[in-house]
Amino acid sequence: MSRMNLLQAINNALITAMEKDDKVVCFGEDVGHFGGVFRATSHLQEKFGRARCFNTPLTEQGIIGFANGLASQGHKAIAEIQFGDYIFPAFDQIVNETAKFRYRSGNEFNVGGLTIRTPYGGGIRGGHYHSQSPEAYFAHTPGLKIVVPRNPHQAKGLLLASIRDDNPVIFFEPKRLYRAAVGDVPEEDYELPIGVAETVREGQDCTLLAWGAQMEVASKAAERADKEGIDCEVIDLRSILPWDVDAVVASVKKTGRLVVTHEAPLTNGFGAEIAATVQEQAFLYLEAPVTRVCGLDVPYPLSHEAEYMPDETKVFEAIVATMNY
Amino acid sequence: MSKSIHKPGFVLGDALDIPTFKVLKQDGTLYKGAQEPEFDKEMALKLYDDLVFIRVLDERMVGAQRQGRIPFYLASLGEEAASVGSAGALKPQDMIFAQYREQGALRHRGFSVDQFMDQCFSNERDLGKGRQMPIHYGSKALNYNTISSPLGTQIPQAAGYAYGQKLDGIDACTICYFGEGAASEGDFHAGLNMAAVLKCPTIFLCRNNGYAISTPSAEQFSGDGVASRGIGYGIATLRVDGNDLLAVYAATAAARAYALEHNAPVLIEAMSYRLGAHSTSDDPTGYRSKDEEAQWAKKDPILRYKHWLTNKGWWSDEQEKTLYAEHRSNILAAMKAAEKRPVPTIDHLITDVYDEPTPHLRQQLKQLKAHMRKYPDQYPKTSGRLDA
Repeated sequence: MSRMNLLQAINNALITAMEKDDKVVCFGEDVGHFGGVFRATSHLQEKFGRARCFNTPLTEQGIIGFANGLASQGHKAIAEIQFGDYIFPAFDQIVNETAKFRYRSGNEFNVGGLTIRTPYGGGIRGGHYHSQSPEAYFAHTPGLKIVVPRNPHQAKGLLLASIRDDNPVIFFEPKRLYRAAVGDVPEEDYELPIGVAETVREGQDCTLLAWGAQMEVASKAAERADKEGIDCEVIDLRSILPWDVDAVVASVKKTGRLVVTHEAPLTNGFGAEIAATVQEQAFLYLEAPVTRVCGLDVPYPLSHEAEYMPDETKVFEAIVATMNY
Repeated sequence: MSKSIHKPGFVLGDALDIPTFKVLKQDGTLYKGAQEPEFDKEMALKLYDDLVFIRVLDERMVGAQRQGRIPFYLASLGEEAASVGSAGALKPQDMIFAQYREQGALRHRGFSVDQFMDQCFSNERDLGKGRQMPIHYGSKALNYNTISSPLGTQIPQAAGYAYGQKLDGIDACTICYFGEGAASEGDFHAGLNMAAVLKCPTIFLCRNNGYAISTPSAEQFSGDGVASRGIGYGIATLRVDGNDLLAVYAATAAARAYALEHNAPVLIEAMSYRLGAHSTSDDPTGYRSKDEEAQWAKKDPILRYKHWLTNKGWWSDEQEKTLYAEHRSNILAAMKAAEKRPVPTIDHLITDVYDEPTPHLRQQLKQLKAHMRKYPDQYPKTSGRLDA
């Protein structure tokens, strides 16, 4: 075990993947010698050479288009998009190409070797264009997998699993936690399963569901609720697509209540999909409506960031309201 | 280092004057100073066979669409030499990323008449499992990456594919076809820049056929055509007469050698003309004149190449008749057979979304099948084979 922050865990996972498999290639804006604007790719070029870790021109659609081609050729392409907010020039390549490559060709070709890494989320005073959580746009696209780690241990295990998964994965990294989240990370190679949720706190009264950076908020809200005598079960979804319906539904059947929280705006956020599925599969077990604690339906703000965020107090209030319904 | 000037002096947008490489005149004789191709009689006749096959195929399939037997088709009439001639100069291990009008390249690689038909009729033998509209061909065995409808998306992909070939250190490159309209897409600019900067052995072949559906190239871009863009990106560039198979062949052979020797991309702009409609959903009479079409019909690339073969003493009228008749009869027979084959079973609705269907997808298919059992007449193509 080593103490690592989330960035170091990602860097460690990339080194592990590149050491084990010489088909693994990392690229994106500033990822070469500089090691990325957050340093997630530090020293990779030194260790593995310019052919396997390199800068690209500043063109997100070009990066993902290139990555699709490289992955279809048989390489494990790891493309970095510098901020999730800037992934949209590549939206066509991801939604129309990456996601459909295998299906449209009848499995003659696939880009299963592709992993797209990108930082997401707010809480860093980044305003509109350095704070968004765009996971729901991609969750509407069959053919993609979407993974979000919450801490260094998950970051390494889930990233290694994403790189080796034979399907294209978008790996959203919670940039607020890049240096803030520190934990023990095994030195050895390991993977965590994609599509499987993790129950981080067992409880009887109310299920609290989140992923990525929002897990920290959910856990604090659960502790606050605990002091009020409310016993929350806290689940980290870990994968948005495919998502672990069984684990969530089983928990709701036990507690009878569900609060979902994410930073992205409320309307059409992934919480809506979860709420719809849970009412369908656990209708007779519900003691209260499924509640969503999300960002407001506004562009991500700057001066009002604290008010916008689905913080610990908002989540706590939702738990109390759910209990008192 | 750029040299200094001390008064403002623009380099004008039309400063480049890129010439056009031509070998063959319309009468089948060579231009002075032009060279015979490097292929033998067998290859020469194989290329002619490809050209004629595609012309007959296109004619029959446009007819089939008119009769309502297939929903869509897209012919390459007038542009056959650009795809057949370029594919002829490549090696089988070279990857092809096509746009959608390069059936000639696929035919050259060995896609059979049955494979063409099975794809166009979306039946259970279609390699693409009936999932895409007619003409979206693909074959791993033939190194022909499956076509997708969005324009230009294949351009940066071809750069990435070629980069992988370079990393593997193999004697292979990638060719990427697109039209002059697609060269306005962001992916064109992104892809050429990526290929140039990352030194990818990719041959970008633009078929400049004069029109993007109804929009003439003069309303698509200014400056000296698509070729000038290549030079701007620092890419070795050649403009070629796209109706001249010998020139296209020689240009592509030289491009392949250059790409692999220098680990660098090449851009070829093949000047041609789309003699037919954009697709079966288009009618060109609304945007161009009969006169213009007639002028280009005189430059028919297949006729030009046939004249050359005839001049060489390699081709006769009798052979011509036999070849057309053979292709017509093979295509008709294959069409009839393909039309009768069933569509893939409903299980293939959920395969290949991922490497394995997720539990979620299996559940959705199960629900769908239960519904289909209740209303089998609503889904006649597949309801009889639910447990197949």
